[in-house]
Amino acid sequence: MQREADTRVNHQKKSSNAPRFSVALYVTCLVDLFRPSVAFDSIALLEQAGCKVSVPSRQSCCGQPTYNTGDYDSTIPLAQQVIEAFEFADYVVVPSGSCAGMITHHYPKLLEGQWRERALALAAKTFELTTFLAEIAEMHVPIDDGTRLPSVTYHDSCAGLRELGIKAQPRELLKNLRNTEVTELSQTEVCCGFGGTFCAKMPELSGKMASDKLDSALATEAEILAGGDMGCLMNIAGRAQRLGKTIEVRHVAELLAGDLSKPAIGEGKS
Amino acid sequence: MSNIPEEQGSAAFLGNVRDSLLETDKVKRRDMLGLFMPLVRDAAVDQFDQFQDLRKQVKGVKQHTLDNLHHYLSQFESEALDNGNQVHFARDSSEMNSIVLGICQSHRAQRVVKGKSMVTEETHLLHHLQRAGLSVVETDLGEYIIQQANETPSHIVGPALHKSADEIRELFLKKHDLGERELEGPTEMVAEARSVLREHFLSADVGIIGANALIAENGYSMLVTNEGNGDLCANLPKVMIVCTTLDRIVPRASDAMAALRLLVRSATGQPITCYTSFYSGPRREQDVDGPIETHFVLLDNKRSDILASDYREMLQCIRCGACLNHCPIYIGVGGHAYGSVYMGPMGSVLTPLLDSLEEAQALPDACTACGRCEEVCPSSIPLPDLLRDLRHEKNREKLTPSRWRLGMKTHAWLLARPRLYHTLSGIGIPVLAWLGRKKGSFKSLMLANGWTDQRDFPAPQGKTFMQQYAAQRKANNGSR
Repeated sequence: MQREADTRVNHQKKSSNAPRFSVALYVTCLVDLFRPSVAFDSIALLEQAGCKVSVPSRQSCCGQPTYNTGDYDSTIPLAQQVIEAFEFADYVVVPSGSCAGMITHHYPKLLEGQWRERALALAAKTFELTTFLAEIAEMHVPIDDGTRLPSVTYHDSCAGLRELGIKAQPRELLKNLRNTEVTELSQTEVCCGFGGTFCAKMPELSGKMASDKLDSALATEAEILAGGDMGCLMNIAGRAQRLGKTIEVRHVAELLAGDLSKPAIGEGKS
Repeated sequence: MSNIPEEQGSAAFLGNVRDSLLETDKVKRRDMLGLFMPLVRDAAVDQFDQFQDLRKQVKGVKQHTLDNLHHYLSQFESEALDNGNQVHFARDSSEMNSIVLGICQSHRAQRVVKGKSMVTEETHLLHHLQRAGLSVVETDLGEYIIQQANETPSHIVGPALHKSADEIRELFLKKHDLGERELEGPTEMVAEARSVLREHFLSADVGIIGANALIAENGYSMLVTNEGNGDLCANLPKVMIVCTTLDRIVPRASDAMAALRLLVRSATGQPITCYTSFYSGPRREQDVDGPIETHFVLLDNKRSDILASDYREMLQCIRCGACLNHCPIYIGVGGHAYGSVYMGPMGSVLTPLLDSLEEAQALPDACTACGRCEEVCPSSIPLPDLLRDLRHEKNREKLTPSRWRLGMKTHAWLLARPRLYHTLSGIGIPVLAWLGRKKGSFKSLMLANGWTDQRDFPAPQGKTFMQQYAAQRKANNGSR
């Protein structure tokens, strides 16, 4: 037991030894544009888990918006672009359940022939961030950097939850790495109303769903609402600001990395 | 919205969504059901350890049946004929309605009692018979209530779930001759409906019911109800008519039983309904009761087209309503907002296929792709995929507004050129971040009014990640 624990600690040291995993980070467009700190936090966590991280520059968006509005023709080149840019990697890690789900579940459905084979090969080594950290890198030793997290509640984003089975992973990481138990919100598995272009096509209904989500988060009295998908988080945060409700909305990578210095999503520098 | 005009179609969906969200009491009621129905379903499924295995089995059976539909239909027909039934095939709604009216007229029928059947909702059979001068009474309690209220079902299993007990009481006070009686509480209301309906059962000339399954190997139909009204419709009048569709066929009785174990748990969270009945045919010589003449009317109404299309998995549907109960869109706006016979995820797939995509074009958009429907569907229908495929078809047929189509095309064009994309976002994003630096979000934003209609738009943190990362790499390389 003792030896096993020792190796774990070694794994999580900023690698002086050879890296355990070579990882390509798929940043996602929302993190790239709106919340770069999530990508930096992801890199920090991956390095702590003993990974060598690269960020291929030929990346933009996984194609969910075009795909989900039904424009398959425009999505195909985007899927091919991701495959070409990332198939070199041992592992591809994505700080978003829906983008990881797009790559692993939908590219193989969208593409045919050789491209489908390549999509399946990429799918087999693509992981959402918390899944990779918890299950592949087996990160479980507490990070002792003096950061104490305030109380946290968690929104299970739909694509991550149902396409990839992300449920226990972020909670285990928060507990093991940050000694933080998630205060569960009621109906945590119900959609927040984002749904990509849905939120613009049926705004009133989307607004109602975001309010419901927000109300259940507020009812927990947690100070932070965390999640693993920027789309949902921006939706909930934007709704909170519109209604003047105060709860910090943050990506789970920020919490795990102990990076609470930046304003929460949608909040100004006060 | 309490009185839905019959002619209102699915084209009105977007307007209905807005209206339905303004009905505060109904929103609360729907939210409550949205909490309750999944709870009872989950409890029933959790207590039944064979659910997932059975789900795979039923899906396999359904797919096999659809692959060999012609064979099993022929087998059902010949078995049903051998049992003494008459079997009719109806290409569309009007054929089904004519066949049923023809049967009623051949018996000079005046009074018809009806069990619950979504297929007859689809063909508007009740109105067809009424227009021909027949008296038709719905005998499922929920259907009876909405018939009295002159409404349509808001749910495929619980047609009157949108109505509160108070509303139903007021309806009965208005429509029934109650004298001094006040109808205190649901028990008295149910007793009142039962006593009224009993007279109808006893005096009816023809009974019409639906079917949850048609069994090819023995020519029987299966019906599940919680009220026993289906059995009274089937057994008391001298003529019984089963109205259903081709896709109810299963090869064996055991297949119907397997589907039944999924159906009831998925629909109402019960292990089994109060009544599960199999109808073989007319009264035999030694029988003391039962109908003298029995008919099966099997409706196609585009099922053959669906079978030949990429949407054939929709024909695996066993009409349990679980996808409605778990859909945040359905829970949010209620069944009437859809303006169609079928509602919720299964309705949003079926309606464009049964009517036309053009008419029902808003329905495939009524989905956040959350996947809860697929997760609970006992027949494992990939509903979000089918809805996305319908959006694909909309896009191809240019039914999607051109601003969306062009916007998406331009967006994708730019995304496929990462270097240009990074350059442009590297200019735009820092500007946006600077504009939003104090408040952290925007109340309104050009080109994002769909978003800012209901929520603020979070401002970017500063430079894009790609900019910052490139700068960092450059600095690191320089210092080495």
